[in-house]
Amino acid sequence: MEVKGTIYRIAGPVVTVIDVPTKMYDVVKIGNEGLMGEVIGIEGDKSTIQVYEDTSGIAPGEPVENTGMPLSVELGPGLLESIYDGIQRPLPVLMEKMKSDFIERGVTAPGLDRAREWEFTPVATIGTEVKGGDIIGTVPETHIEHKIMVPPNVSGVVDDIKSGSFKVTDCVCTLADGTELTLMQKWPVRAPRPSRKKLMPNIPLITGQRILDGLFPLAKGGTAAIPGPFGSGKTVTQQQLAKWSDTEIVVYIGCGERGNEMADVLNEFPELADPKTGKPLMERTVLIANTSNMPVAAREASVYTGITIAEYYRDMGYDVSLMADSTSRWAEAMREISSRLEEMPGEEGYPAYLSARLSEFYERAGRVDTLSGLTGSVTVIGAVSPPGGDFSEPVTQNTLRIVKVFWALDSKLSQKRHFPSINWLESYSLYTDLLSDWYNEQVSPEWLQLRGEAMEILQKESELQEIVQLVGSDALPEDQQLTMEVARMLREIFLQQNAFHPVDTFCTMEHQYRLIKAILKYSDMANNALESGIPLEDIISVKSKDDLSKVKFEKELDKELDKVLATMNEEFETMREAVK
Amino acid sequence: MKEYKTINEVSGPLIFVEKTEPVGYNELVYIKLEDGTTKRGQVLDTSKDIVVVQVFEGTGGLNRSCGVRFTGETIKLPVSIDLLGRILSGSGDPLDGGPRIVPEDRIDIGGAAMNPYARKPPEDFIQTGISTIDGMNTLVRGQKLPIFSGSGLPHNDIALQIARQAKVPGSEEAFAVVFAGMGITNEEAQTFMQDFERTGALERAVVFLNLADDPAVERLITPRLALTAAEYLAYEHDMHVLVVLTDLTNYAEALRQMGAAREEVPGRRGYPGYMYTDFSTIYERAGVIKGRKGSVTQFPILSMPGDDITHPIPDLSGYITEGQIVVSRDLHRKGIYPPINVLPSLSRLMNSGIGAGKTRDDHKAVSDQMYAAYAEGNDLRGLVAIVGKEALSERDRKFLEFADMFEDQFVRQGKDEDRSIETTLEIGWNLLAELSEAQLTRIDSETIAKYHPAHRAK
Repeated sequence: MEVKGTIYRIAGPVVTVIDVPTKMYDVVKIGNEGLMGEVIGIEGDKSTIQVYEDTSGIAPGEPVENTGMPLSVELGPGLLESIYDGIQRPLPVLMEKMKSDFIERGVTAPGLDRAREWEFTPVATIGTEVKGGDIIGTVPETHIEHKIMVPPNVSGVVDDIKSGSFKVTDCVCTLADGTELTLMQKWPVRAPRPSRKKLMPNIPLITGQRILDGLFPLAKGGTAAIPGPFGSGKTVTQQQLAKWSDTEIVVYIGCGERGNEMADVLNEFPELADPKTGKPLMERTVLIANTSNMPVAAREASVYTGITIAEYYRDMGYDVSLMADSTSRWAEAMREISSRLEEMPGEEGYPAYLSARLSEFYERAGRVDTLSGLTGSVTVIGAVSPPGGDFSEPVTQNTLRIVKVFWALDSKLSQKRHFPSINWLESYSLYTDLLSDWYNEQVSPEWLQLRGEAMEILQKESELQEIVQLVGSDALPEDQQLTMEVARMLREIFLQQNAFHPVDTFCTMEHQYRLIKAILKYSDMANNALESGIPLEDIISVKSKDDLSKVKFEKELDKELDKVLATMNEEFETMREAVK
Repeated sequence: MKEYKTINEVSGPLIFVEKTEPVGYNELVYIKLEDGTTKRGQVLDTSKDIVVVQVFEGTGGLNRSCGVRFTGETIKLPVSIDLLGRILSGSGDPLDGGPRIVPEDRIDIGGAAMNPYARKPPEDFIQTGISTIDGMNTLVRGQKLPIFSGSGLPHNDIALQIARQAKVPGSEEAFAVVFAGMGITNEEAQTFMQDFERTGALERAVVFLNLADDPAVERLITPRLALTAAEYLAYEHDMHVLVVLTDLTNYAEALRQMGAAREEVPGRRGYPGYMYTDFSTIYERAGVIKGRKGSVTQFPILSMPGDDITHPIPDLSGYITEGQIVVSRDLHRKGIYPPINVLPSLSRLMNSGIGAGKTRDDHKAVSDQMYAAYAEGNDLRGLVAIVGKEALSERDRKFLEFADMFEDQFVRQGKDEDRSIETTLEIGWNLLAELSEAQLTRIDSETIAKYHPAHRAK
């Protein structure tokens, strides 16, 4: 159903059209060049359109065509390894089609390659009854197996199903009522894809990063925010998450960021190797790049494009992690469009629906029972960039109200070369309780208690630090000096982690548990020794303590740690003998 | 071309024209005054009933009987290699008495966004000859590195010095400077011009000048003209172009003025909500493209109102640019030129432009160590003010001295002093040698053995 009308008014990316019936969020083609836009308001016979491309030179009276379809993405094999703009146009294809290194307008390119053929292996058989979400066959996409599913709103009995090489638009399966299923389906980006049931996020996302897994865990299907002040090592943290998280698929959205930075990501990601398979990380990654000077409406759409792709892989039963960098730029796009619409502004000029939009977006994260009965998850990690580093601004505040984990990147720490530079006093995770069963079964029943003790010591250190700054560390009583020493060990041994060291870059839960236990063991023994009158100097200069700080770099961590603990026992034993 | 005499309203820099044929958005408009002069404008809002036009030369002398012609095309800059050596007005007309440019091409000044996939990550070191920049906040080709300054500070001198001295060591590739002055005073403009002429830099420069008494609206197109010229030279003539834009604060003021005239809903401190996106369409035009020889590097200058780095103009800029060079009033008061404070300054692309094969293998370590030592010395100054110098330990006194020497020898340099990167690192090592070797914790022992003056002497 295509209906034509004309343009009435143009003001920047906002265009008013007349004489064409529209629904909210319909995609509309504007002007002689057919620029893509989306209906965002209807008043009388006029509709307001936000246009995804530059509108210079477009004049009133030019034709308008309503596609009658909401903004949708193409979902099917070929998504992985792709680099898209905010409305799923593949950037390399655009470059070829436009014959230019710049983004020209009026060029469309389908999200999925129409010419490429995929090897389809059916799973469903003739006569099977299928419903929305059911898997009818598989395609090896990269090393990831792409499951071809019945679109959510379709059901019926399989009348015919093929096997062999197909293009994404070829029919591979016919239902009894004549519905033809292809390798590809479309889904409107602003609507969450359905699932059977949302599950509690009670399994941690294992990242191998000690400060994240150990102190501020994120659950699979959970949400986290990460502020990115200047020079705080955000990029390295994100890359570590992409590389090591135990999710099968990574979706990275560069939303309104710097062109050169994006170029860096686009250059580096394809070169990163997946440490688990040794294959390029790109084989399980989808990149979406919309820099700050690309059209603002496409920036607004980019996060929806990204999360819809993430949900699609979730529906196949995969764990997906999605990184949105940065949601502040996304919110600014909303603000800009809202002000063009002359809407009454809320706080700092942001639209009054800012909070609602943010929570709708984060709510699309989750671990679910899919329609076909599998379990999959979408974990969302959103970067925020508060202007002037001011956390009280609306985007940060509204985000913090929704997300359950906050990893406070701190540029002061990175200046002190403490990496990952996540501030342990300001960060938090609300998943710890939900995850307690998992820890009790998979790690150790005493894990949570140890974690609590470690946190307490770190907290105490910051209190003592204030006194030390006034009077110097020598003025503290000996037991407090010891606490400071243990806190330093926690920081240097446990919290600091070298992303570029072959062993230290990833630390299993088991090893995290053993490391923290060893540090607290030292703390216990040292405190006992102190009580029995052994001088503090002797206690903090035991050799095994230095060895402990090197254990994390050892390939055979368990063996080395056993050795260190044994030496430590001996050393304390000797000291005790000496005072007797 | 039809001429309309249907101006309905004139309001500030805007005119409202009624009952026109369809007019395109962003179209160039000519307005003919009764005395025969012609002004130019651009369509801001177009509908079947009314067209809103912003007039670049100001609306003085306009009335409802003026004739308005719509050209049917967006604003374009006539470009040719002959642009080099020319001085043009803020809207692209010759100011130097020379002939009009005979165009090889006419390019839309809006500038399409570069496809992120076509970008090449910048990595070529540019030597500016200024130690604080080369040594500690290195500039690379394709970067946009603004100078954050304040009123009364010598940011213009710094910009001139960079424009004069910038080069890629060991490279003979063509280099050009595009200079855009937005709302600068006549005096400042003359200083720039005299300096360009004195040093012969004008031959390889294109200058766009919008003076303080020129219409504010014109400021909105001046940087775009300059960047269009820069892109033309970079991508059609394989030149490495350094674009100096001064002063972005005046540009932002003009943007705010336009917003107010259009009765838009204002954002922070009255600046329009789209200022971030607007800035990005200027700053993001820096870059390097895969497979092309030229590059566009930007050196925008902006004065921070009230020296406030959290003001929307520096703040939004900082989120787009790749770092910033901060000019400090304290250093300026101490009589140090260039008064660049390295502590809040940052070049985000520094690490990809330095090191063995680019500058020198010890560059990063020296830079980190000096930063750390200067930061510590600077902190101690606060303490000295309270407890006095005598209360400091020997070690602390060393750091305090280091901070003073750092400012005096490393930061301070002559306006015509063009230091090579080797000289800069040399000065750095000589300063570091004043500290005991045990305190050089950021430098590994191998590098110390190779470069430390004490070891080299043997």
